[in-house]
Amino acid sequence: MSGAKKIEADGIVITSRVRLARNLQGHSFPGWSRKPERLQLLELLRPSVEALPEMKGGVCHAMDALPALDKQILVEKHLISREHAGRNIGSAVVISRDETFSVMINEEDHLRMQAIRPGLCLEKVYALIDGVDTRLAGALPFAFSPKLGYLTACPTNVGTGMRASAMLHLPALVLADHMDKIISAVGKLGLAVRGLYGEGTEALGNLFQISNQMTLGEREAEIVGRLEKVVSEIVRHEINARATLLEKTPRMLYDHIGRAYGVLAHARIISSKECINLLSMIQLGVALDAFGGLNAEDVEQLFVETQPAHLQRDQGHSRLSAEERDALRADLVRPVIARCKAPKFGIPPPTEEPPKTT
Amino acid sequence: MKCHVCKTGDATVHLTQIVNGKVQKVDLCEACAKEKGVTNPTELSISDLLFGLEQEDAGTPPRASAESRCPSCEMKLSDFRRAARLGCPRCYEAFSDALAPMLKGMHKGRQHLGKIPPGGGDETAKGDSLMRLRQELLAAVKAENFEAAARLRDQIKILEQRADAEEPRP
Repeated sequence: MSGAKKIEADGIVITSRVRLARNLQGHSFPGWSRKPERLQLLELLRPSVEALPEMKGGVCHAMDALPALDKQILVEKHLISREHAGRNIGSAVVISRDETFSVMINEEDHLRMQAIRPGLCLEKVYALIDGVDTRLAGALPFAFSPKLGYLTACPTNVGTGMRASAMLHLPALVLADHMDKIISAVGKLGLAVRGLYGEGTEALGNLFQISNQMTLGEREAEIVGRLEKVVSEIVRHEINARATLLEKTPRMLYDHIGRAYGVLAHARIISSKECINLLSMIQLGVALDAFGGLNAEDVEQLFVETQPAHLQRDQGHSRLSAEERDALRADLVRPVIARCKAPKFGIPPPTEEPPKTT
Repeated sequence: MKCHVCKTGDATVHLTQIVNGKVQKVDLCEACAKEKGVTNPTELSISDLLFGLEQEDAGTPPRASAESRCPSCEMKLSDFRRAARLGCPRCYEAFSDALAPMLKGMHKGRQHLGKIPPGGGDETAKGDSLMRLRQELLAAVKAENFEAAARLRDQIKILEQRADAEEPRP
């Protein structure tokens, strides 16, 4: 990549997240217990969670008191699971002021605590949630067996009860058709790759979530360390893929970014799927310095704000139809994209001569 | 294509996941997908879905024990198979025979090596030499005493291999 700017790793790892599942000794798991027991446990757990120093100034939402739209927004922010959003009386979530920590009470397990931070910082995020867990364990008798570790409602979580994951934006690996290779290599290491918003392996917006699958038979530090290493390796591959695209097929790359700009700067109706895929290309353009006046945070903000519940949020009580949402989404994105100049690409591709039009 | 769960509805939700190089596929109808919570693929593990369904695969214990009950929460083994979730922490002992092959397929090992709650959790933990060694190991690591940690790790490995050898393989 002669003369080109160094391609930065920034923005490739969007978030690092670690969650721990914990249950109390001597009580049925939430899915099997009756309402009075769930309520009793909620009463018992909530004060301990709210008293955590991490939760100072935070909020607690009882799931039965939270409107569906607000639940959906918490899902889109990854602060509660979709399953938890479906829960009602007897379940709650406590969220820290800066939204780094959230603790779901009576989800599938009595406690599901998570820490989430931007960028690649899995070890740090684990340390954060480990601290929360240790503090809670001082006050609450967790169900634990020397052989099987922390006992969870689902046997897939038993042991550490830990799921560590990183969300990655990998547009160049997708454009270069390398994702299948990455997915199978990562799979061999006991890690799973999933599309973020897509079904199955289809990944909308070139967003992928990589997480550990196994929770028994290995220490947390080993699991987190391996994941962190694998993620760094994938970031390196993404950077290399970007460099290769710039060098070998710049026209194809610029075409994708240019078209994304063209559509988003002028569209009046856009589905969430098309929008997220095009924003991914804009984000790639930003990383390659093609856009002046647009930064990665602006684009990330658009990723979030164009999600269905976020769109609906500012519309009061009138529930938007899918068509209305598509129009609103286009209106939200268009001014932001149109405000910046058409993409300019730093290095002229070798075949920059425009094709002769006769 | 028919739904994997109810076998009647048309499958409209198709999930593919690759774990340890093995491709797992599940096809579900919309109703079953909803019931199983498959609206957000990010939170879903296909093994969560699969093991609760058909258990005809090799390595699954005979169904004769299907009606054993957990003495603590009264869950039956058949309830567990249906719900794909256990009833309470004690279910792990009550259904240990059925769970052993399942856990073996899902996880890296059969012995917890991770964090131990302060106080060691259950009473059973106390006096267990493996347990004590693990606690010492954690303390050594925390104190960055890596020489001691390596020694403890090796001792733990030996004890574990011994424990594994004593245990009949399913």
